[in-house]
Amino acid sequence: MQYDVIVIGAGVTGAMAAYQLSRYQLKVCVLDKRLEPAAETSSANSGIVHAGYDAKPGSQKAALNVRGNLLMEGICKDLDVPFRRIGSLVVAFSDAEAATVRELYESGNQNGVPELRIIDAKETYEREPNLQPGAVCALYAPTAGIVCPYELTTAALEVACVNGVDYVRSTQVTGIETTPEGFVVTAGDKQWNAKVVVNAAGLFADQIAHMVGDDRFTITPRKGEYILFEKSMGSKVNHVVFQTPANGSKGVLVAPTVDGNLYIGPNANVVEDKNDTSTTWTGLEEIKTCAAKSVGGLDMRLAITNFAGLRATPSTGDFIVDSPIAGFINAAGIESPGLSAAPAIAEKVVELVRNSGRVQLQSCPNWVAQREPVVRFREMTNSERAQLVAKNPAYGRIICRCETVTEQEIRDAIRRPAGARSVDGVKRRTRSGMGKCQGGFCGPRVVDILAQELQCEPTEITKFGGASYMLTGKTR
Amino acid sequence: MEKRSVVIIGGGPAGLAAAVAAKENGCDDVLILERDSDVGGILQQCIHAGFGLHIFGEELTGPEYAARFHEQVDQLGISYKCDTMVLDISQERVVTAVNSKDGILQIQAGAIVLAMGCRERSRGAVGIGGTRPAGIYTAGTAQRFVNIEGYMPGKKVVILGSGDIGLIMARRMTLEGAEVKMVLEVMPYSGGLKRNIVQCLDDFGIPLRLSHTVVEVRGRERVEGVVIAQVDEKRRPIPETFEYVPCDTLLLSVGLIPENELSAAAHIPLNPVTNGPFVDQSMMTRCEGIFACGNVVHVHDLVDFVTIESRLAGRGAAQFARGQRKDCGHHLDVKPGFGVRYVVPSEIDPAALHHDEKFLFRVSDVFTDMELEVKVDGQVIYHKRVAQAAPGEMESVQITEQLAHKLTGQTVEIGLRPAQ
Amino acid sequence: METKNMTCVVCPRGCALTVTVDGGTIVSVTGNTCKRGAAYAEAELLHPERMLTTTVAVDGRSRMLAVRTRTAIPKDKIFDIMHVLYTVKAQASVHIGDVIVPDVCGTGVDVVASQNMA
Repeated sequence: MQYDVIVIGAGVTGAMAAYQLSRYQLKVCVLDKRLEPAAETSSANSGIVHAGYDAKPGSQKAALNVRGNLLMEGICKDLDVPFRRIGSLVVAFSDAEAATVRELYESGNQNGVPELRIIDAKETYEREPNLQPGAVCALYAPTAGIVCPYELTTAALEVACVNGVDYVRSTQVTGIETTPEGFVVTAGDKQWNAKVVVNAAGLFADQIAHMVGDDRFTITPRKGEYILFEKSMGSKVNHVVFQTPANGSKGVLVAPTVDGNLYIGPNANVVEDKNDTSTTWTGLEEIKTCAAKSVGGLDMRLAITNFAGLRATPSTGDFIVDSPIAGFINAAGIESPGLSAAPAIAEKVVELVRNSGRVQLQSCPNWVAQREPVVRFREMTNSERAQLVAKNPAYGRIICRCETVTEQEIRDAIRRPAGARSVDGVKRRTRSGMGKCQGGFCGPRVVDILAQELQCEPTEITKFGGASYMLTGKTR
Repeated sequence: MEKRSVVIIGGGPAGLAAAVAAKENGCDDVLILERDSDVGGILQQCIHAGFGLHIFGEELTGPEYAARFHEQVDQLGISYKCDTMVLDISQERVVTAVNSKDGILQIQAGAIVLAMGCRERSRGAVGIGGTRPAGIYTAGTAQRFVNIEGYMPGKKVVILGSGDIGLIMARRMTLEGAEVKMVLEVMPYSGGLKRNIVQCLDDFGIPLRLSHTVVEVRGRERVEGVVIAQVDEKRRPIPETFEYVPCDTLLLSVGLIPENELSAAAHIPLNPVTNGPFVDQSMMTRCEGIFACGNVVHVHDLVDFVTIESRLAGRGAAQFARGQRKDCGHHLDVKPGFGVRYVVPSEIDPAALHHDEKFLFRVSDVFTDMELEVKVDGQVIYHKRVAQAAPGEMESVQITEQLAHKLTGQTVEIGLRPAQ
Repeated sequence: METKNMTCVVCPRGCALTVTVDGGTIVSVTGNTCKRGAAYAEAELLHPERMLTTTVAVDGRSRMLAVRTRTAIPKDKIFDIMHVLYTVKAQASVHIGDVIVPDVCGTGVDVVASQNMA
């Protein structure tokens, strides 16, 4: 198979790049080793669109963060992905921390972060009444926002597919051979030819780069653990609440999610295994203790799950968005603020593709920028719901009680381009199983619907691909 | 808008019993709204025996117990809608629901009975760390897979939690050919019935490890094992006792929580101890005309007690809907005393009693040889000997006519004290 | 003479019983706080019985049918009966009490439906 561009990786970076590349008359393919998009780092992070004061002035991170933040709202609108610009606070609880806040303010100004200001204790508490006592001041960044990282990824990939991009799941790239015209990309016994390869392989981007002889960097997995709380805790804070970095630790944050939950985390611990997303008892204790420094009354009985994600930390200290050899483009080392920067990274990838000279970027006349709107029953008015059920009765059957997800929404999620193939895939697209009971009620029903839609036995349904089978057999 | 004298939310044992009582108390247009495809609630998947000793004097299985009420509902011509999810209730008693056939339903109810039951606590609420592979289920989810759908959720099983559901599933999985390696209980005693420990664990040689918990799950795609640990008095894992147990499935039976999302959204005051609404002697919540019964109020261990309580709610709802509710306006607060976690009801109007009501309560620890006391404003008005009490078993005091006459004051307190 | 330990399940108290047995006869029961304990110990030791509840497949249906032994069966027959029921297919429609397997494993006890299935 001959492609103009092969994107390796269906995380937020790869999906966004594919979405932007789909504007042009190119044959594009996304190869991803997992069954579902956003299966690794893009499904387990803070879901924050950072304002951009944090990155070192002059770095790629700084520039791409600020630009990404600017683009995010419009892209989310196009992709029908909820985005809320709720602003962030970096709270100082001592004079020393206040000094750090002023430094962040300065670097924010250098990075070109708009509307940034330092607010006094009074305004800080007006904005966040549940903060622990003793706050001195805070850095307020009104442009910071929250977005659901896996929904953004899934949406971008879906629209890319609508525009003709091929998405090949469960396919791990094992080799890349350089030829005069391009590359031969191998995954096991399968091969594809591409004029341009985009390396958006996240934690494994160093291994992909190594396949073409680019050994300038390595990626170290840095684990961040989180505890997610039920929606009744969602209004505990109104902004993304950061602690002031001190003694090399960035502290943990307390923040609402765009879906209305609350979370605390992440900590940061280097791990050896790039697949080690386990949470640890000590790690969870660490974030509980640390989060309590900024916000009190975090009732652990209202926690609904804990999880961990791995930051793809590059040895260079900065994002690596470049082209080390003709036609090979890195979008590598995309740790925080990678989600915020994703739209800008995609822009830059398109630029590098253009500059490669290997392909012509001619706009598609009928390019579809917008995602077919997603039905979100729980957000509708009753009259909208009534109309919907009249059209299709399956919108009248609630499968997930906690999050009010209907049968048809689940079927839609499976049938849409780049649709769900697993229980977690359904969960990330519909929120079925994301609520308090964590799939206790809807789990068996989701397995059943998946089996119907995919025309297979329930015993073949997995949680997220591979050998993650939900069931081990029939009783009779 | 459609009008109904009594709308019952939930067609499990609580809702069915309340519906029958409402009908028997003169309401002819009772409507049950049930979210599942049939009435009967969780009893449908509880295929083991042990239900009904108090109500029917025989040991029925869950579906048999449910069927008796289902038949009564049919005989009395009570209507119900299945596959119907209630989305919202208001303090003005408007119920909004959805199903495939009617679309959005809005019903003005004379009285509402909340009978939504409870849900199981999940892994996150217990804070178990480790990986997040397939193979971790609540006991109830596994029970549904095995008993209704006919699928095995796993073959080598560790169960956390020795409440009755955990014990029942240990036997059930064993009968279906799985190897149940052990049942772990974080408390120093089991929350399940002795009979279930003998007949679900001992019969099959399944070890019960008290004061133990799961600290970590291992395995990337499917569970490969769990790390277990003994816990100290504060239920914290003791690092020196960590032990790896290979298994492909972890079943959780770590508590039930009344499902009160609708109640909370309608601003019905909830008791933080039970997570259920505060109710009076007729099971009316602190919102006029909205009643509640069964596991949505407090988690019961015997369905028979759910039935008894729900009859009160059905009667109360019917009387309210028909304008026949007695209310002398004087309420006593009912409070838990020493050794008691909570009492239902939380307030009582002595003049409105029918003398079939009970104080239902749970103790906070395992006690032996205690004296149970009911006090009004500090004066003991009733006492009885309690040889043995454990948090897992609900206790009760019948509010007889004789007892009711002594309920003249401000506060009723139910507590324990060591027997002399 | 041998002694056996067991938990009485007659009431929630759960007395720890110590039973002394000589051949097939019970010599003494201690640890019980009421006389029901002794009767339980005797029944449990000499002829333990259990109610068996499980499911069977139903021809042409995806869902299982709940079944039970009509009365208790000898405890040591549990797995024999399970093996029979693994392969049984019931025919819908079924009503509570309908016999699914008569006189299962020669126990004289029928396996009956414990659920209605239209």
